[in-house]
Amino acid sequence: MASYWDRSIFWRGFRDGLPFVLVVGPFGMLFGVVATEAGLPLVQVMSFSIVVIAGAAQFTALQLMADNAPTIVVIASALAVNLRMAMYSASMTPHLGPLPVWRRALVAYSLVDQSYALSVMEYEKRPEMTLAQKTSYFAGVIAPVLPNWYLATLVGALVGQSIPDSFALDFAVPITFLAMIGPMLRTKAHVAAAVVSVICALLFAFLPWNLGLIAAGIAGMMTGAFVELRTENKDMA
Amino acid sequence: MSESTTVWVIIVAMGMGSFGLRFLFLGVIGDRELPEWVLRHLRYTAVAVLPGLVAPLVLWPAATEGQPDPARLAAAAVTLGVGYATKNVLAAIFSGAAALFLGLYFL
Repeated sequence: MASYWDRSIFWRGFRDGLPFVLVVGPFGMLFGVVATEAGLPLVQVMSFSIVVIAGAAQFTALQLMADNAPTIVVIASALAVNLRMAMYSASMTPHLGPLPVWRRALVAYSLVDQSYALSVMEYEKRPEMTLAQKTSYFAGVIAPVLPNWYLATLVGALVGQSIPDSFALDFAVPITFLAMIGPMLRTKAHVAAAVVSVICALLFAFLPWNLGLIAAGIAGMMTGAFVELRTENKDMA
Repeated sequence: MSESTTVWVIIVAMGMGSFGLRFLFLGVIGDRELPEWVLRHLRYTAVAVLPGLVAPLVLWPAATEGQPDPARLAAAAVTLGVGYATKNVLAAIFSGAAALFLGLYFL
C-alpha cells in the first residue's frame, strides 16, 4: 500500500494552520452561544458543527430558523452559502484527485476556506510536491483547525458567553483571509482575477443566497484565465 | 413534525448537501485528466473567491452596523500590503491585528 505520510510536511502544514485557530475559536464559540440561546439542545448544537463544519452556512440556518422560514428554504439558503465549496473541490482535484476514494472523502469532509486556501498556496509554491506530501500538508493544516472548531462550539454552548466585542474579533476572519490573499497575488492574472472578484462581489451583494459571491468567483476565474492566455500569447509573439 | 425533528432534518440535509458540494469534483473526476482550459480557470479559484468573500466584510463590517470603519479599513490595507510584500501569512496577520488595535485606540 502506498504511504501518504510525510512527517516533516505534516508539521509544516500544522504550523501554517495553527494561527487560524484564532479565527475558528471565536467563530465556533459564537455559534455555540447563539445556537444555545436559540433553544437548541447541546447534542444538536454539536451535530451542526461536526456534520456541517461551515460557520457562515450554520449562522444562516440559525437565522432563518429563528425567522420561522420553511425548512426547505433554510436548507437551500444555507447550502447556497456553501456553493463555493464546489469550486474549492474542483480546484483541489488536479492535486488530490489520484487519492483512493475514501481519502478523497476525508479531504472533502475537511475542505473549508482555511484548509483549501493554505493548501492550494503551498501546492502552487512547490509544484514538485508528491501526492504523499500534498496529502500530509492538507492533513497538517486541518489538524489544529477542525478539533478546535468542535471544541470552541462546545465551550460556547456550555459557557454561554462569547468573547467580548471590545476585542474586535469580528475582524479576525477578514484579516486572516486578506493575509492569505496577499501572497497569492503572484502574477498580473492573479491580481486581475482578485480585482474583478471584489468589484463583482460588491456590485452583486444585493443578490439573495450569497449568489453574488458565486458570480464574483466565476467572473474572477474567467478573468484570470483570460489574462494568463493573453500574457502567454504575447510572450510567444 | 416536532420542532426537534425539524432541526434534525435541517442538520442532516445540510450535512449531506455540504459534503456533496465538497466531494462533487474530488469524488467524480478523481484521477481523470482535466482539459487545459478547465485547469487554466481552476488555477484562479482561490484568488477569485476569497477576495469576493472578504470585500463586503471589510467595507461593511457587521460590528459597525455596516458603516465603513477607518480602523478596519486601515487594518485591511496593512494586512494585504504586508502579505503581498513579504509573502508571509503570519507576518501579515500580526501586522493587520496590530494595525486594527492601534486604529481602534487612536482613530
